[in-house]
Amino acid sequence: MNWEVVIGLEIHTQLSTKSKLFSGAAVGFGAEPNTQTTLVDLGMPGALPVFNKEALRMAVMFGHAINAEIGMSSVFARKNYFYPDLPKGYQTSQMDHPIVGKGYLDVMLDDGTTSRIGITRAHLEEDAGKSLHEDFQGMTGIDLNRSSTPLLEIVSEPDIRSAKEAVAYVKMIHSIVTYLGICDGNMAEGSMRCDINLSLRPKGQQEYGTRTEIKNVNSFRFIEKAIYTEIERQADILEDGGRIIQETRLYDPEKNETRSMRSKEDANDYRYFPCPDLLPVVLTQEYVDGIKATLPELPSQKAARFQSEYGLSEYDANVLSSSRAMADFFETANTIVADAKLTANWVMGELSKLLNQEQLEIENAPVSAKAFGELLVRIKDNTINGKTAKDVLQAIWNGEGSADEIIEAKGLKQVTDTGAIEAMIQTILDANAAQVEQYRAADEDKQKKMIGFFVGQVMKASQGKANPGLVNPILTKMLKG
Amino acid sequence: MFEQSISTLAQKLRNKDISSVELTRLFLARIAKLDPQLNSYITVSEQRALEQAAAADALIQNGQGTSLTGIPIAHKDLFCTEGTLTTCGSKMLNNFIPPYESTVTSRIQQAGAVMLGKTNMDEFAMGSSNENSFYGAVKNPWNLDMVPGGSSGGSAAAIAAGLAVAATGTDTGGSIRQPASFCGITGLKPTYGRVSRFGMIAYASSLDQGGPMAKSAEDCAHLMQAMAGFDEKDSTSAETPVEDYLANLNAPLTGLKIGLPKEYFGEGLDPQVADIIMAAVKEFEKLGATVKEISLPNLQLSIPSYYVIAPSEASSNLSRFDGVRFGHRCDDPKDLLDMYKRSRAEGFGSEVQKRIMVGTYALSEGYYDAYYLKAQKIRRLIKEDFVKALNEVDVIMGPVAPTTAFGLGSKTSDPVAMYLEDIYTLSVNLAGIPAMSVPAGFANGMPVGLQVMGNYFAEAKLLNVAHQYQQHTDWHLQTPTMAKGA
Repeated sequence: MNWEVVIGLEIHTQLSTKSKLFSGAAVGFGAEPNTQTTLVDLGMPGALPVFNKEALRMAVMFGHAINAEIGMSSVFARKNYFYPDLPKGYQTSQMDHPIVGKGYLDVMLDDGTTSRIGITRAHLEEDAGKSLHEDFQGMTGIDLNRSSTPLLEIVSEPDIRSAKEAVAYVKMIHSIVTYLGICDGNMAEGSMRCDINLSLRPKGQQEYGTRTEIKNVNSFRFIEKAIYTEIERQADILEDGGRIIQETRLYDPEKNETRSMRSKEDANDYRYFPCPDLLPVVLTQEYVDGIKATLPELPSQKAARFQSEYGLSEYDANVLSSSRAMADFFETANTIVADAKLTANWVMGELSKLLNQEQLEIENAPVSAKAFGELLVRIKDNTINGKTAKDVLQAIWNGEGSADEIIEAKGLKQVTDTGAIEAMIQTILDANAAQVEQYRAADEDKQKKMIGFFVGQVMKASQGKANPGLVNPILTKMLKG
Repeated sequence: MFEQSISTLAQKLRNKDISSVELTRLFLARIAKLDPQLNSYITVSEQRALEQAAAADALIQNGQGTSLTGIPIAHKDLFCTEGTLTTCGSKMLNNFIPPYESTVTSRIQQAGAVMLGKTNMDEFAMGSSNENSFYGAVKNPWNLDMVPGGSSGGSAAAIAAGLAVAATGTDTGGSIRQPASFCGITGLKPTYGRVSRFGMIAYASSLDQGGPMAKSAEDCAHLMQAMAGFDEKDSTSAETPVEDYLANLNAPLTGLKIGLPKEYFGEGLDPQVADIIMAAVKEFEKLGATVKEISLPNLQLSIPSYYVIAPSEASSNLSRFDGVRFGHRCDDPKDLLDMYKRSRAEGFGSEVQKRIMVGTYALSEGYYDAYYLKAQKIRRLIKEDFVKALNEVDVIMGPVAPTTAFGLGSKTSDPVAMYLEDIYTLSVNLAGIPAMSVPAGFANGMPVGLQVMGNYFAEAKLLNVAHQYQQHTDWHLQTPTMAKGA
């Protein structure tokens, strides 16, 4: 059977506010357990929530960035369930009246095609604490530092039709929230977590199949792999004539499989109702418009500008603008280099290669945009050639100094003195008299093929420092005799 | 001394006729002697009281402080008090010593008042008779076989018996006014949002409101002045400026328009209570007021509406009492679910469990629209009734409760009869308006309270109306026999 996959994503984005959604406690990762809490986060009797207006501003920014309707009167609701790391016995969230309504994103895939993914809503909610099952010998430790940390839950329409499309969409969301500066985007620390709703249906069928929900997937790679394994699992069941059970599943990256967490029958009745401790959040048009005016350049706008301003290809412009850090790195380096094509090639080529090798994000690269720009300037002005530049980049990366310091210290400057090059060539020609004879006897086509040998010998003798732009014409002239 | 008003006591303190420490010791001695009969206190905080009294004396010595400085008062045991046991009348919080102070108690403390202790109450403020306390029922000082009303029954009984000059209470469906009526004292339930709920252990958040209880309207005004005002820690607290509640007390009532809702005088109202209320209204006419019959047509719907909304909110508010971080935890739980079930089954009394179950049911999938949403619609209708009526009249008057205090144990087996006790008080909380209970006479030897309801943030007007009445009557000055001569 030819199956069509239908995917909808819920992305939990941790907003980078200084304090929590409903208390003045600091938000931070990795602090000693239960040190970043107030009475409110601990759910003490008589403690009351106070809404953090900064989280509101961030949510409205996001709404503008996805072309969404802003909820002019949004309402917090309580989602009731018992869990030890949920101190109040309910999570304060939004149900019927979210802060961000319907919107959409145009997502570009690797093959250059674009698809529009609908966004149903985005709502504000508080995070729960953490249960720590290790180190407590038959008991559970509770850390409430994360309790009441602000989350924006972004719910997509079931518009996604492949794992690649899902990853492209999540990357786009990641890119937007980091561009807006409303989330640090650190997926390893849980700043973005994704729930995947997935079902299959025979191609051409209108109705959706029964879906499963895979909870809390926290990397682009795992999202892609979890989707592939779940598609396979569901297809196997359906092709054997079985039925999909609506349930919540967990993805295990070590075994690369999803497994059942709880079925629909076990699902909680959350008994949502409007939170009586918080007033409806009523916005004025002036406030909403004011925030729109503060929106920074977004990825798609930046990509368009990179094409028009720097003459970059659509592909290059999209890659460079996919993260704000990379775009900023590119633009900062290019103000020094003043050669956008050269800068783009090196950011997307050598620099990206090194980052991938070391599994680093560009914001954590040991080479600054300025140092990188200074290196490219030396390519541009022929001080070094591209091959040497790769070595210099590695040396800068290793902390050996600036491009100029390394070039100087290692004596990597290209030989551009024609006299010196002529002398070097003469030595090569003398040492390879037989090859010179062959060259001189050959026709023009053959000569073109043979010249590479002599160039290679010269570069080897110069330890790569001879300027290839000078070596070629001089060599050709001298070979003619 | 225990029968004196706050103004008189403040004057005596300033004149050095008595020190706050002496006054506090006098009240502590009365509590030790009389409270075993009443059970109005859960905790007597003698040490804290004497320290605060000494500090108050030092302030007075320097000519500083307010009218409350050095005055011994009590707090209902649902206001969190830093370092002092706060039980909310429940076994669940039998061991709970808050590391923080509620806004109300903190403001009263800053005004210099002395806290004698924490008063008994129906568990989690759920009840109309004070029989639902883990710490035992409170007795009515006017007749020890009668209930004091609830849920702020401990505060009302303590004031009536002269075991505190004044006290705080909270009112979710009548919990200040009904015990004030049953014990013959004065109580004010302020406009929702007028008094901060921070540090008040929640029963039903959209209805709960703290307020003053005292012998007279003037004493209530003193306490209210300290309690009221915006609090950034309570998102539902109102930014409306606080009026000077004392400045307006003596304004004449000439031209005051009183509305009498016909629904408040129908079936179920004890005829003796009705007569007393009508006599009080006559008194106001003598003071220059005019009277007009009005209608609050949705009054009957206030009971079903309240008994859906309040338990729904309570079922969620009380989820935090799970045995994990504070409060009662069962012995040797075998797993998490067992810990939840037994801690809550052991920690909560039967009325609390009943309301949690009712609320959980009302919010459940498939029932939410039929119960919770419908109750909210009724709530809006009730509010509209009041808004419309208060466009025509300045205040609305009626009884606080259909009867005088009833016998201990007489209604415990009939929850519906118990819930009907609240018929005249619930709608005020659903609408969010302020209302008072003012002593207006005696029937069968038990006090009867007149209810005075006003517009949003009209506390100063209500206190003025009650004070003028008390200038011409002495119902609020009566003392129960058990309290005399001690």
